[in-house]
Amino acid sequence: MAFESLSDRFQNIFSGLRKKGKLSEADVKAAMREVKMALLEADVNFKVVKQFVNSVKERAVGVEVMESLTPGQQVIKIVNEEMIKLMGDDNQDLTFSKEPPTIYMMVGLQGAGKTTSSAKIAGLLKKKGKNPLLVAGDIYRPAAVKQLQVVGEQLDVPVFEMGTNNKPVDIAKAAIEYGKKNNNDVIIIDTAGRLHIDEKMMGELVEIKEQVKPFQILLVVDSMTGQDAVNVAESFNNQLEIDGVILTKLDGDTRGGAALSVKAVTGKPIKFACVGEKLTDVEVFHSDRMASRILGMGDVLTLIEKASENIDEAKAKEMERKLRKAEFTFDDFLDQMQQLKSMGSINDLLGMIPGMGKQMKNVQIDDKEIAKMEAMILSMTNEERANPDLINPSRKKRIATGSGNDIGAVNRFIKQFHQSKQMMKQMGGMMKGKKGRNGMMNLPF
Amino acid sequence: MKEKSQINGELQTNEELQTNNELHMNKNEDKKKGFFSKLVIGLSKTRDNLIGGVENVLNSFITIDEEFYEELEEALIMADLGVNTVLKVIEDLRVKVKEQKLTSTEEVRELLKNELKSLMLVNEDAYDFVDQKTVLLVIGVNGVGKTTTIGKLSNQYKLAGKTVMLAAADTFRAAAIDQLKVWANRSGVPLIAQSENSDPGAVVYDAIQSAKAKNTDILICDTAGRLHNKKNLMDELHKIYRIIEREYPAAHKEVLLVLDSTTGQNAVQQAKLFKETADITGVVLTKLDGTAKGGIAIAIQSELKLPVKYIGVGEGIDDLRPFDSNDFIDALFNIT
Repeated sequence: MAFESLSDRFQNIFSGLRKKGKLSEADVKAAMREVKMALLEADVNFKVVKQFVNSVKERAVGVEVMESLTPGQQVIKIVNEEMIKLMGDDNQDLTFSKEPPTIYMMVGLQGAGKTTSSAKIAGLLKKKGKNPLLVAGDIYRPAAVKQLQVVGEQLDVPVFEMGTNNKPVDIAKAAIEYGKKNNNDVIIIDTAGRLHIDEKMMGELVEIKEQVKPFQILLVVDSMTGQDAVNVAESFNNQLEIDGVILTKLDGDTRGGAALSVKAVTGKPIKFACVGEKLTDVEVFHSDRMASRILGMGDVLTLIEKASENIDEAKAKEMERKLRKAEFTFDDFLDQMQQLKSMGSINDLLGMIPGMGKQMKNVQIDDKEIAKMEAMILSMTNEERANPDLINPSRKKRIATGSGNDIGAVNRFIKQFHQSKQMMKQMGGMMKGKKGRNGMMNLPF
Repeated sequence: MKEKSQINGELQTNEELQTNNELHMNKNEDKKKGFFSKLVIGLSKTRDNLIGGVENVLNSFITIDEEFYEELEEALIMADLGVNTVLKVIEDLRVKVKEQKLTSTEEVRELLKNELKSLMLVNEDAYDFVDQKTVLLVIGVNGVGKTTTIGKLSNQYKLAGKTVMLAAADTFRAAAIDQLKVWANRSGVPLIAQSENSDPGAVVYDAIQSAKAKNTDILICDTAGRLHNKKNLMDELHKIYRIIEREYPAAHKEVLLVLDSTTGQNAVQQAKLFKETADITGVVLTKLDGTAKGGIAIAIQSELKLPVKYIGVGEGIDDLRPFDSNDFIDALFNIT
């Protein structure tokens, strides 16, 4: 698994660099080599990687190493901060023109997810109390108009279409008129997917832009895109002057380096991330989550963050000791679940945790399941949480009733708890075997 | 040496390279007709990018030194071959250069070409399924071009004199059935479909019974795009595969994984996980008419031994072509 080799390599940086003081050029160079590889494996464009690595190198040399970090960790911390900064640290929400209707135009390659994204944005707007209109401007792909109509119906958002025999620019113009008459304050124009080097098709977009003067043009980019992302983004931006980016299919397991590439070459904000097949699966883009995903170091970053915030190391050591001795309680379990939940989808997180890859490969955890588990723990008494062995059949029955589950679910959960306790014990041992590093590195979360 | 290559890299913009290549191609166009030159033209963009870089490196270095290998490495990474594959290719190259005591970059170019060719070899029997009773299952993540690929394939098989049937087993995406219907009408082949959100397994079951009854040569099953890390959706796909195995054991099972050539390293992961679900027999590499390098196909072939069987080089109905590793690599490098 790609993740394993990667996190192993990062672990090596940490064990290799132990001394304190200022970051030397050698420290930075060693760490940056690994960072470079990580970024390349995450599909960040080679030129972007080079540029990024160089600028971070300059910033990092001579920086004081924090007491709680190793030099390697200090470099990663700087890398992470710079990456977040580069991808835009302010949350980008949708804005509206002073004079309605606000016109959005969606553009991108074939199969990037424009139609679905258009619908998702319309859904968001509707929730905000807007009255959006979707416009079917893809007259080329068979049944594209129908697709927009179907999703429009699911959202109860009107769809303007003129079949496939009119020019997209005429459809767009007619749609604006229609929207004005029908009090649609936001108009979203879906367009056909096209290659950025197809002059004729790109010309069509330019014409629409000139004729309807959209308030914003959003480029839809598949998060799985490889090195070519820069060419696509640059080309669309040069010809259309885009205003923002929507990143799709982030519910996959791609590391999503395209996000960094696109941002680096266009300078335009990434506004939304699409994270699932349901029409509500769209969220505001978080550059910090994306940075850790691209770097592929899940817990390492969290640990660095925590360590640099000077969180009580004694507490962390205590947790680590508990894990290794398998004294892990339901309270700890609840604690960790809640921490995890605040960081995003459990499945994504699990995948990102170095070393977890193999064990968790076939485990699918539903976020709903987590909610269930939480309910079960909350239905336990304090004694039961602290001492899981206390739980007998009659207590189980009470827990089941209290949490609204059947007794089978409670049984399964308790069994799972013991299994994961066992697993953590093993992991604690495993990581200890690799030795080195400060104590906190042994925490699985 | 470094100076020279950098200057070269900066001065020769993509545009210039393109014109150069176009000139070459115009000359060749008259001489070479048919499939080969068509492939070259279709791949010209790919060529500019993949070998634009590699050629650049090969041309700007005279001696084989560390610097040369590094630049070559970079050029290949830019082509989406992936770090692992590139390291492997370069390592092999180093060993062979030493063994054969090669001294010029020109010789290395031939060697590299042969290395990549040997990686991308397709078995001679790769297309035998076309002449058998076959159930062809088309799978892949969302938006790679599964339905379009099916449209083009059905047309080609029909023109080759085969009886073809389509099964609309993408019952999930809005209007996917309608999209396939349009393609079925274009190629004049029957389509088996149920309503949206019906069980895709049932659609495939129906289609198999119908294909058997009508003695259809090739039954092509469309499936919904799914991300490979969604266990429930992959289970659903596995179920479809099992239905085909169980209901039509006599048929050849051809499973084509469709990959978007703009996809980066994640394509390897896609191929790995889809392979666990259904026994993939080949890869279709789509959208090669863009500027994407499609180098990921080399990584997939090298790591998973999955041969590319078709490539998509345009929107036209016959812009989906059988893949040939020799032609592919030759076209990528140069023709003369």
